[in-house]
Amino acid sequence: MAWTRQILRVNLTNGTCTPESLNMDWADKYLGQRGLASRYLVEEVDPKVDPLGPDNKIIFATGPLTGTCASTGGRYSVITKGPLTGAIACSNSGGYWGAELKFAGWDMIIFEGKSANPVYLSVIDDKATLHDASDLVGKSVWETDAAIKSAHQDPMMHVSTIGVAGENAVLYACIVNDLHRAAGRSGVGAVMGSKNLKAVAVRGTGGVAVNDPVTFLAATAAGKKTLAENAVTGEGLPTYGTQVLMNVINEAGALPTRNSRDIQFEGAHDISAEAMAEPSGKDGKPNLLANQGCFACTIACGRISKINEEHYTVVNKPEYWHASGGLEYEAAWALGAATGVKDLDALTYANFICNEQGIDPISFGSTVGAAMELYEEGVINNEITGGLELKFGSAEALTTAVELTGKAEGFGRELGQGSARLCAKYGRPELSQTVKGQEFPAYDPRGIQGMGLTYATSNRGACHLRSYTVASEILGIPEKTDPLATDGKAGLVKAFQDATAAVDSSGLCLFTTFAWTLEDIAPQVDAACEGNWSPDSLLECGERIWNLERQFNNQAGFTAADDKLPERLMKDAAKTGPAEGLVSGLDKMLPEYYELRGWTNEGVPTNETLSRLGL
Amino acid sequence: MHHVIIGAGPAGVTAAETIRKHRGGDRITLLGDEDAPPYSRMAIPYYLEGDIAETGTYLRAAAGHYDDLGIDLRQARVGSLDAGAKILKLDGGDELAFDRLLIATGASPIRPPIEGLDLAGVQTCWTLADAREIAKRAEPGASVVLVGAGFIGSIILQALVAKGVQLTVVEMGDRMVPRMLDEAAGTMLKRWCEAKGVRVLTGTTVKAIAKPEAAKPAAPQPEPGFFARLFGQRPPEPTAPPAPVDETLKVTLDNGETMAAKLVVIAAGVRPNIGFLQASGLELGAGVSVDDHLRASAPDIYAAGDVAEARDLSSGQFDVLAIQPVAVEHGHIAALNMAGNPTPHRGSLNMNVLDTIGLVSSSFGSWMGIEGGDRGQLLDEAGWRYLRLEFDGDRLIGGQAVGLTEHVGMMRGLIQTGLRLGAWKDRLVKAPERLTEAYVATAQGIK
Amino acid sequence: MQRALVIDPGKCTGCKQCELACSYEKEGVFNPAKSRIRVFDFHQNARFVPYTCTQCDEAWCQQACPTNAITTDAFGVKNVNDSLCVGCKVCTIACPFGTVNYNATTGKVIKCDMCGGDPACAKACPTDAIVYTDVEQAGYDKMAAWAKRTDAGAQAN
Ligand SMILES: Cc1cc2nc3c(=O)[nH]c(=O)nc-3n(C[C@H](O)[C@H](O)[C@H](O)COP(=O)(O)OP(=O)(O)OC[C@H]3O[C@@H](n4cnc5c(N)ncnc54)[C@H](O)[C@@H]3O)c2cc1C
Repeated sequence: MAWTRQILRVNLTNGTCTPESLNMDWADKYLGQRGLASRYLVEEVDPKVDPLGPDNKIIFATGPLTGTCASTGGRYSVITKGPLTGAIACSNSGGYWGAELKFAGWDMIIFEGKSANPVYLSVIDDKATLHDASDLVGKSVWETDAAIKSAHQDPMMHVSTIGVAGENAVLYACIVNDLHRAAGRSGVGAVMGSKNLKAVAVRGTGGVAVNDPVTFLAATAAGKKTLAENAVTGEGLPTYGTQVLMNVINEAGALPTRNSRDIQFEGAHDISAEAMAEPSGKDGKPNLLANQGCFACTIACGRISKINEEHYTVVNKPEYWHASGGLEYEAAWALGAATGVKDLDALTYANFICNEQGIDPISFGSTVGAAMELYEEGVINNEITGGLELKFGSAEALTTAVELTGKAEGFGRELGQGSARLCAKYGRPELSQTVKGQEFPAYDPRGIQGMGLTYATSNRGACHLRSYTVASEILGIPEKTDPLATDGKAGLVKAFQDATAAVDSSGLCLFTTFAWTLEDIAPQVDAACEGNWSPDSLLECGERIWNLERQFNNQAGFTAADDKLPERLMKDAAKTGPAEGLVSGLDKMLPEYYELRGWTNEGVPTNETLSRLGL
Repeated sequence: MHHVIIGAGPAGVTAAETIRKHRGGDRITLLGDEDAPPYSRMAIPYYLEGDIAETGTYLRAAAGHYDDLGIDLRQARVGSLDAGAKILKLDGGDELAFDRLLIATGASPIRPPIEGLDLAGVQTCWTLADAREIAKRAEPGASVVLVGAGFIGSIILQALVAKGVQLTVVEMGDRMVPRMLDEAAGTMLKRWCEAKGVRVLTGTTVKAIAKPEAAKPAAPQPEPGFFARLFGQRPPEPTAPPAPVDETLKVTLDNGETMAAKLVVIAAGVRPNIGFLQASGLELGAGVSVDDHLRASAPDIYAAGDVAEARDLSSGQFDVLAIQPVAVEHGHIAALNMAGNPTPHRGSLNMNVLDTIGLVSSSFGSWMGIEGGDRGQLLDEAGWRYLRLEFDGDRLIGGQAVGLTEHVGMMRGLIQTGLRLGAWKDRLVKAPERLTEAYVATAQGIK
Repeated sequence: MQRALVIDPGKCTGCKQCELACSYEKEGVFNPAKSRIRVFDFHQNARFVPYTCTQCDEAWCQQACPTNAITTDAFGVKNVNDSLCVGCKVCTIACPFGTVNYNATTGKVIKCDMCGGDPACAKACPTDAIVYTDVEQAGYDKMAAWAKRTDAGAQAN
């Protein structure tokens, strides 16, 4: 129940598709999706493997609540060893693809080996088939989606695919499903590309059953009510989307601007949710057209927008005049504040191209920000950039850069390696705003101290979605903590990390946790799944997952020395805003964090911790 | 006012009920010549399969339904009509006068020119009485020959397969359901039947059916095969088939092949029941000729259903459309006119749906298309799917589907309303599978 | 009094909770493929359209049914009586809205029956894109007018 108990193993080297039973012992300990797939990865992949080599594996995994009526129960994750970081990668996506895989009868798909020729996989209920994809090479996400539906003559298929960025080994290439929902981070798309796997198309006509339907319906109904009545999930997110944060974070003095030189952006309003809803362009219509919910989501934070048809980016390209996904907050920040660009249509265009070519906008925008700083410092020049004038604030530079990056043309090839490699190459590694090689997102750790520890210790490199302490430090969820203080943040981060790992393993969206705690989630999981799932057991499951991931990374060669933030955040004090004069207090938080985790000073889980968690 | 309706099938029953709805006080007489309460021929296959009892075929389930509505339902056969005097002659000698008359006598199966049609074990499949006979013989494992794989034949095919008989289908045309599906679809259906163990002989006719003399099982000497002729070898002595125990008929095909059968079912088409009208003075074509109010050529006389030659929406011509939904539609509209609510009949849409051992096919309107019109076609041989759409300008005028059951009725909606598809038409030409999207989008004004 | 599902596509976010609620209510599993209501996604137009039976006055399905298996109740809802339905599918081609569908598993047709007066889809809709209310409400008239165009005869009743 809840799990389909079937996994599909696809050996790309041999071209075989083999069903297997799900390891239920592991399901009991790791729940599903992120946790369970990580368990398979740890079992099957040497942590030292070349992420882009044939020995790496890539797993598409759903959670037990994926495909049910639990609000947001439609998520899936992609788990692999990430090429951007060399760490375990786990990228989570919404849309409809994950639920469709469940309806086809599968909990997860494990891809191994490497295909000699480009292929895509179709999964139509119990039938899994590898198809030649030579025609799809060089095709964008949108083209691939249409081509596969047309090849199968089934518009009801859901396609998860890479764009050209994944084919071209852009190290932060993402995997996009349903045109604009993405397993975005850590370069999971490049792993797909390295295996010559272009896409996974699914169509399912079966159902998902739950263990105790009556209790499940009551628990999910209660959960939906809580979401509807909550100010963030019932009002803020549906109305403004995640973009509701742009002005909030800017005012809090935590909006990393121009490669984190600044901490507040004068153009924040221009690229905010409010701006998206304001009439613009000749037709007097706003960019924002509608909001969209992913499968089963009763929040519906997704934005559907349109670029002003007269904007320079699309004036001669009617193929971009239709509606599509975005802007979401992280993308708007990365493409806007991180580069100093405040042209909303340019951002929307860049975001469309990111979706179309399969590029993570966070890493891309941050890398462009770093390149702009290198350019303004004179470290790189027009000769190196091929004439691309990478000035902070230049919309043209941004929109040209995004076109070049996916295609790996000109300077785009260097941008596609991410800011850590770019800055290292030109001798200025300290300018890269990354942790473990991954660009950090839209919250400056000088202004939101908990996020510093979050980034430093995140198992997939800098990331806000591993412990979103912003909720507590800015929004007061579940209780308000002082964003400028470091006290108590180690415990806060650990608690958020463990709870998040559990949520990411359930099939639910993390955004529910603006309103839900594990007290709300546990009854839904417990009613759906066999076994006893309580808030405590979920938290323990999350802690187990966290340590499992940490061990993978340690074995891959990461040490405590990698749990660090870019120099700028530790040395250059915030210039303005509430955090003026502050740097990150990571040094104070990290030792306490290790201790709370039951790890040594070197950041290694003690035997006691491991055995307590059954690892 | 006395309304008389001849024929208690779907057309007649719908008409009687509709007249009652609009004319509370009028007298209504419904005449049927069969030995069962008004029933639905369409349900016969499910009766044959044993899914339902005879009562399950009844058009109206409630006991006393006709009495409650004040409809005088009588078992009687009309022998002739005097249109001028407005009098019917019933078999047995009675006469019945009417003020308004509806002819809804349906159709009868055609008896093709085959020797031996009158032998026991040779059956048409049109009435409940026929079905009872077939049910007796169509036992699991029995050899059955079905003559005709048209629409009705194919429906019976499904029922016979469900009964577990050893089935051979003999169809004169080059494919199955040639009047409902095109070559691609009809051929797909044949392939499907063969994969399910049914022998389908197209382009073949039955010449004769005979009762073999008791003695010889007469296994015809097979022609030496190709290899045998090539190498001059004698084919291995065929092991004589076990003498048929209860196979009582010998069926001879036009290609000389013979086969034993316990039952031969004839489904070679139907013809409107107009024989009793020959002397009536009514204008007759293939059926009773009617105008755009379903009026026959004499005052106060109407026709509906399988017997009526009424307007076909697709061709604009007058034609017999022998299907259930049209019978109901005719019955309804004719009755409104009889009840004094003038209601034009704009034409009915020909449409059929068929389930052939689990493969569902359907067709609508001008499925064969028109000259100069565009076409969208999806052919997925491996997936047993087919969809063909035919357009006139940006309007859908016909369609066929195999293996698709979701939202197929939308084809009817689009054809009958003549909704303009605009930009969606070109999309459908390229990707007919987007039909449902196109329908909803067009209805919603989404370009 | 006639009550109906009134659908406002402008409010729909495409979450498909209605499909889940419907399939659960009717089939006991979460399975959009078995839902009587379906959400169409016109992403390029930023529009989602929930679509199901309008319980039209003309009752094409009921008229076409050869075994009287489809009946109209006091609220105007067309119901399929499974014990009478033989699975002939004529209603699936007769319904010009395409909202009666064949269920191969049961061998019967399925359509929206408004859950006997308490439609699960409307309850599950988080944005009031689907509400269960009086027929006179706006939106329904449009569908009814559309239904009329399908009629072979201008119905004078
Ligand atoms: C096995 C089978 C399967 C079918 N399946 C389908 C299907 O899937 N879909 C579909 O659309 N159609 C189907 N049909 C066709 C459908 O049944 C007919 O189109 C429909 O019955 C026509 O209705 P009607 O009222 O015009 O005529 P009928 O149903 O034939 O009723 C006419 C009645 O009038 C009686 N009658 C005739 N002459 C006289 C007289 N002189 N006096 C008194 N009574 C008389 C007849 O005996 C009969 O009872 C099927 C038919 C058969 C036999």
